[in-house]
Amino acid sequence: MKLTLNIWRQKDKNSKGQFENYNLNEVSPDMSFLEMLDVLNEDLLHKGDEPVAFDHDCREGICGACSMTINGRPHGPEKQTTTCQLHMRKFNDGETITIEPFRAKPFPVIRDLIVDRTSFDRIQQAGGFVSVNTGSSPDSNAVPIAKVAADKAFDAAACIGCGACVAACPNGAAMLFTSAKIGQFALLPQGQPERKERVIAMVKQMDSEGFGACTNHYECEAACPKGISVEFIAMMNRDFMKASFSR
Amino acid sequence: MKLDSKIPSGPIAQSWDKYRFDMKLINPANKRKFKILVVGTGLAGGAAAATFGELGYNVETFTYNDSPRRAHSIAAQGGINAAKNYQNDGDSIWRLFYDTVKGGDYRAREANVYRLAQVSANIIDQCVAQGVPFAREYGGTLANRSFGGAQVSRTFYARGQTGQQLLLGAYSALNRQIAAGKVKSHTRKEMLDVVLVDGYARGIVTRDLVTGKIESHVGDAVVLATGGYGNVFFLSTNAQACNVTATYRAYKKGALFANPCFTQIHPTCIPVSGDHQSKLTLMSESLRNDGRIWVPKNKGDNRAPQDIPEQDRDYYLERKYPSFGNLSPRDISSRAAKQVCDEGRGVGSTGYGVYLDFADAIGRLGKHAIEERYGNLFEMYERITGEDPYTTPMRIYPASHYTMGGLWVDYNLMSNVPGLHVIGEANFSDHGANRLGASALMQGLADGYFVIPYTIGHFFANNPVDKSVTTSHPEFQKAEQEAKEKINLLLSINGKRTPTSFHKELGTLIWDKVGMARNEAGLKEAIARIPQIREEFWANLNVTGEPDSLNMALEKALRVADFLEFAEVMAWDALERDESCGGHFREEHQTPDGEAVRNDEKFAHVAAWEYTGVGTKPNRHKEELTFENVPLSVRSYK
Repeated sequence: MKLTLNIWRQKDKNSKGQFENYNLNEVSPDMSFLEMLDVLNEDLLHKGDEPVAFDHDCREGICGACSMTINGRPHGPEKQTTTCQLHMRKFNDGETITIEPFRAKPFPVIRDLIVDRTSFDRIQQAGGFVSVNTGSSPDSNAVPIAKVAADKAFDAAACIGCGACVAACPNGAAMLFTSAKIGQFALLPQGQPERKERVIAMVKQMDSEGFGACTNHYECEAACPKGISVEFIAMMNRDFMKASFSR
Repeated sequence: MKLDSKIPSGPIAQSWDKYRFDMKLINPANKRKFKILVVGTGLAGGAAAATFGELGYNVETFTYNDSPRRAHSIAAQGGINAAKNYQNDGDSIWRLFYDTVKGGDYRAREANVYRLAQVSANIIDQCVAQGVPFAREYGGTLANRSFGGAQVSRTFYARGQTGQQLLLGAYSALNRQIAAGKVKSHTRKEMLDVVLVDGYARGIVTRDLVTGKIESHVGDAVVLATGGYGNVFFLSTNAQACNVTATYRAYKKGALFANPCFTQIHPTCIPVSGDHQSKLTLMSESLRNDGRIWVPKNKGDNRAPQDIPEQDRDYYLERKYPSFGNLSPRDISSRAAKQVCDEGRGVGSTGYGVYLDFADAIGRLGKHAIEERYGNLFEMYERITGEDPYTTPMRIYPASHYTMGGLWVDYNLMSNVPGLHVIGEANFSDHGANRLGASALMQGLADGYFVIPYTIGHFFANNPVDKSVTTSHPEFQKAEQEAKEKINLLLSINGKRTPTSFHKELGTLIWDKVGMARNEAGLKEAIARIPQIREEFWANLNVTGEPDSLNMALEKALRVADFLEFAEVMAWDALERDESCGGHFREEHQTPDGEAVRNDEKFAHVAAWEYTGVGTKPNRHKEELTFENVPLSVRSYK
C-alpha cells in the first residue's frame, strides 16, 4: 500500500506545532498502525531527521498509552480498538491519513503526538481507591457479591485510562473516565463506606483540572476502546446529587 | 564469594512465621525517618510502594511511563494462582508449593516457594478488599479455572484482563498513599544507574524523558521492581519499553545476576507475520482449558484445517502427555510445538505455527459459553490476523514471554549489595527454570505486599544509615557524569544504522542460538558474535536529536546498549549450564523422545554471575539448592 501521512509535529509544550506531510510506499496490510509509524520513523532516522514521537508501550490494547487521533477519530476508525491494535488492512491504498495528538485543554502536548495526561492520575488520587491497608482484609468469600454486580463492576473497571473519551468529547469532558472508576466501586460492597466522599472528591478534582461538562453527545462511548457505557455517567451524576444533598 | 541465602532452618511450614518473629522491627514513629526508592511501578513495585507508605515509610517511585498504571503487569491475561482450595478439589499450600517446585524443574529455592504458596491466599483477600472485580459464580463466591502444570482449579481471574485489574488495584492503593503524601511519584523518568556509597545502595540516577535532565535521588534503600529482560529477543510479548537497564546497571555495580539463561518461551502467541513486526501478542494460556492443539499428521498437508479429517490430525500434546494434555507446562508445550514445526508439519504461511482449535468446545458448550470465557481474546486475535477463531482454528507459535532469571536475592529479597532489594520478575528466586502459568502475578504481589514490607524493616534495624549522604556526594556526581558522557557519545557517533536495527540483529541471534533449544556450538557462536554487533553499534549507530529533549531514539539506544552487553552473560550461563532443565533446553541432554534431561549431581544450584568488565567472561558463583521437601525426581506430565 502507498500512503500519505499528514502528521502533527510540535517540538515541545511551548512551541507552536504544525502538520507535516510524509509519503510511505511499502505498507503491508498486516502491519499495525504503530508498526506503520515505526517504518516511517526508521526512514526519518536514516535521513537524519527526528522521528515522530508518540506514546505506546504494550501494543496489545491494554496499557492505554497510545493517544492519537486518526482522521479526526481518537484511536481511528475501528470500533472498540486502540491505535496499537488497529491494522493497516482497515485503510485503502493511496489514502491520506491525518494523525494528531488527543486534543483537550487538560492534555497539553509534550511533543508531536504525546500529551500530558497526569490530570487523570490526580483524579484517581482524589478518591479512586478503597481505603484498606495491606493485611487488613477478610477472607475473600466472606462477602458474596452477585455475579451480575461483579460483571457490571468489571465493565466499568475495564477502563484503560487512555483519554479517548476526552479527546472525542466536544466539551473535553472526562466524565466517562471518572464515572468508570466511581461506578466500579459504587457497584461493589467494598466501595460503599466511602461512596459519597469519593464521588464528591473525584468530581471536584475533575472540574479543577479544567475538563468540560457532559452535554450528552455520547461521543465518549463511541470512541472508548473498551466500550464503556455512558450509563456510568448517569450513575455518577445520581451519586453526586445524592452525596451533595446528604452531606 | 560465599552466597548466604539466609534461609531459615527448621520445618519449612513454620519457617516464614518463625522468621517473621525473629526479624527486628522499626517502631512506627521511626519509620518516617527512612526513605525508600522504588524503581518500577508494576505489580511488585506498586504493591511494595503502597504498603511501605501505609506502614509509614517515605517512598519515592520511578517509572518511565507517563503513569504508574501503565506498567506491563497490566497485560497479564489469564489469572493469579492461590491455594484457597475454594473448589474443594484437593488444593493446599503444600500442593501449590509442590507444583511450583516441580514446575520449575527443581531449580528454585524451596523456602522461597513455600512462602509464596503461603501468602498466596492473602493476596486474593487483599485484592478483593481493594475492589478488584474477580470473576464470580452466581452464588456470589469467587470462580476459578485451571492453568498449565496443575491438576486443580486454583486460578482466580477477571475475564482475560486479570493483570490489568490487579495492577489497577495496586495503583489505587498507591494513589491513596500519594494523596496522603507518603509516596512521591516520578513519572517519565528512567533509571540509568544505581549509586553505591560505602558499599551500600543509596540512590539512583535517572533521566527525565521529557527534559532530558539527569538527576540524582538519595534514599536509605533501593528497591528494583523493574521486570524482566524478555525483550533481549527483540520480538517478545513484553511491552516495547521493557528493558534490562536497571538490573544490568546494578549488575555492573556488583550485584550478582542469577540464572540469566532461564527464559520462558510461551507456547501460545500469535505467529510472526512479517519483517515489520514489532511485538508478538500472547493468547492466554487459559485458552488451553478449552482449545485443542494440533498439526496435520503428515508433512506437506496443505489442506484448510476444516478439510483435514480427524484421522489425519495429530493432537500431539494429548498424545504425548495424556494426563496433562493441552495443559502441559509452558516449556514442554513450547518445545513440542517447535518439534512438530521442525519436522515440517507446521501450519500457516511460514510453517511456524500450530492450530489451537475450539471446534470441540463450541460443539460441546455452545458459542456463547466460549464467548463469555474468552470473548476479548478472540476479538484480539481477529483484529490482528483478520481471521475468525470461532470458525477457523487459531494459529499459534511460541514467543519470548517471561524471564525466570534475574538479580540474585536472599530470603529477604535483598541482593548481595546491601540495601539493594529486588522484587517481582526482576529477581530470580521463585520459579526455577520454568514458571507455571498464573504464578507471575502471584509472585509480584507476594513480594510487594507481603514479603518486602517485613524484610526491609529488618534491614533498617540492622544497618545504621549514614544520614549525611546527599546527592552532592562524589559517587552521585560520578554516576551522573558517566550517564551524561554515555549519552553524548551515543549522539556523536553519527553512523548509519538505527538503534532498532541493532536490536533486531541481536534479537535474531539470541532467538536462534540462545532460544528454545541451545547447543554448545551455537552458544559459542553467539558469544563470538555478540561483541562484534556491539562493536558495530558503537561505531555505526545513528541517533538524531538532542540530549535535553524528549528523544525516543536516544531512549532506545540506551536500552539496546545494555542488551548488547547483557546478552553475553545470558549466553555464558546457557553454555556453562551443561544440562537441560525447564526452559533451558540443551540439545545434548535429552531422552530419545526429546524430553529434557537434568543433571542434578552437577547442576542442582543457582548460577550467580559477577561482573568482571565488558566483554570478559563474568565469574560464576554457586548457591547449592537442597530439596528436602519435594524430592528430586524426573519431571513427568505423561
